Amino acid sequence: MLLTLFAILTDGLVYAAYLFIVAIGLTLIFGVMKILNVTHGSFYAFGAYAAATAVGIYANSDLPAALGFLFMVGLAMAVGMVMGLVLERGILRLVYGRDEVIVVLVTYAVFLILEDVIVLIWGPRSYAAYQPMVAAGNTEIGDLVLSNYDLILVAIAGGLAAITYWALKFTRYGRLLATVIFDRETAAAFGINVTLVYTVTFIIGAVLGAAAGAIMAPKIAITLGIGVEVIVLAFAVVAIGGMGSIEGALIGALIVGICRAAAVHLFPQIELFVIYGVMALVLIVRPYGLFVRAQPRKI
Amino acid sequence: MPTRAHLIGGLMFLVAAAAAPVLPDWIASLVTIALANALVVLGLIVLWRAGLVSFGQALYYCIGAYTVALLARWTGFTDAVGLVLLGGIGAGIVAALVGALLARYREIFFAMLSLALSMILYGVLVKTESLGSTDGFTVATPTFFGYPLHGQTLGLFLYWLTLVVDAIAAVLVSAYFRCVVGALAAPIRDNEIRVEFLGVSVSGIIHAKVVIAGVLGGLGGALAALSIGHVDPNMAYWTTSGSFVFVTILAGAGSVAAAFIGSLVFEAVRSIAFDVMPSLWQMTLGSVLLLTILFLPEGLGSLAGRLHLRSGQK
Repeated sequence: MLLTLFAILTDGLVYAAYLFIVAIGLTLIFGVMKILNVTHGSFYAFGAYAAATAVGIYANSDLPAALGFLFMVGLAMAVGMVMGLVLERGILRLVYGRDEVIVVLVTYAVFLILEDVIVLIWGPRSYAAYQPMVAAGNTEIGDLVLSNYDLILVAIAGGLAAITYWALKFTRYGRLLATVIFDRETAAAFGINVTLVYTVTFIIGAVLGAAAGAIMAPKIAITLGIGVEVIVLAFAVVAIGGMGSIEGALIGALIVGICRAAAVHLFPQIELFVIYGVMALVLIVRPYGLFVRAQPRKI
Repeated sequence: MPTRAHLIGGLMFLVAAAAAPVLPDWIASLVTIALANALVVLGLIVLWRAGLVSFGQALYYCIGAYTVALLARWTGFTDAVGLVLLGGIGAGIVAALVGALLARYREIFFAMLSLALSMILYGVLVKTESLGSTDGFTVATPTFFGYPLHGQTLGLFLYWLTLVVDAIAAVLVSAYFRCVVGALAAPIRDNEIRVEFLGVSVSGIIHAKVVIAGVLGGLGGALAALSIGHVDPNMAYWTTSGSFVFVTILAGAGSVAAAFIGSLVFEAVRSIAFDVMPSLWQMTLGSVLLLTILFLPEGLGSLAGRLHLRSGQK
């Protein structure tokens, strides 16, 4: 019984870390730009595929394993950076000012296109990049075996949360971002280059998405359709926490992570819809998510 | 009051009905599916006029389809007309229930909550082993007023049935657009608070729209289930909802006819793309969607209007 409880907690925490890493880029872009970015799924998928390629290259060299992880994530982040820049400057720029829902559909269209670009580049077969996970080894606590890679994952998620918190509260760029989030037009009127803030934010979001894909790559089978799964999960997490809120994404990820782990261990048959069930419940009580500032009504 | 649009619509209906026996099988079944899906799109247009987009319309589509499939399986009731009506009613009841909740939401939140609800259904269906889990199950062959039909004749009758349901839906929805409650859609989209100052309950109207869209979605799903002869949980998956929204954007919310034209164009593009470049059809769809949004913001339906305007100016 106690073991189950402990397993639920650790599994939930690991899953929450995964969800947070995936959701943070999405919530950042929504918070600043009010864009629900479906392409986030593509960033994730490209990150994972790039990581697989990187691991493939790296496995043939004799360099130490720890560096391989950095190389893998680094390559994915570079891919995410280029994609974010091209997408924001090339396409999204054209639809700023249109209906929020229209912009969602633009990102959905790009997502569809990129799904096939993946096939063109990497082909339809599935890839594995398990080497970093094997290299990390296991830790045993009593009867429970934990993968060190999972522990690294939790550490990364925690670090990411701390860094974004610090960057938003204590850096110049973070303060600028806060003003843009609060009121875009007033910020622009005070001389903040909102266009630049948008581009930089989108690139950061894309890099985070790709990095999430790379970090998760060793744990999953990298195959077609991984972007689709991720995007709905990340949406659920972000909607629970409140769209655009970093602390919301953290709490949302923890709630979903623990609930899913509990479902897996106690009622495996409801695993798939527990996430959306939680989301629907939270939205019934708090229509706009847990951590969201009330919006003034404009008459 | 018959208008010119009614006249053209009626003519198209007769042509489509008369053409059925001479159409090749694959085209007839393609058109049947397109026309069944057009009902779902019509529902989305009803919502979109009030500024609402549902990313979970597959919920009602799937409920309509499963209602038909389960009734035929459990009760042995196989009358096509009755099944389709019950599919619509089933989805309508669900829409009435979730609509009470959805009517409180707008914009992206409306879209997201609809998405979550449809994904819950997907999750339930995938985990229900007795309903075939991810594989779904086969729908019993329907009968028409007690007569069992097979093969080509069955396809033909389903085509006609779909056409009739579409025609009735088109007439009713266009009447709804013209009545006061329906005409309030655009004001709701522009400024909800002012509409409330008129003494009208906005959430009541939106609830009604959700139910209308739900019934249409259920009818579409029921017809699709009968004509495909198979149901599976993917009917509730978010990509299914996505393709309905896609068609709505392609068609534009300008008119009722747009739903049918858009849906036919979409099925045609999809099957051609699937045929010519099987590995790149998503890319084709994405490009079409992107180009439509960038260059035809009001959808295909606006093309006719633009031509009309241009000839009028001369």
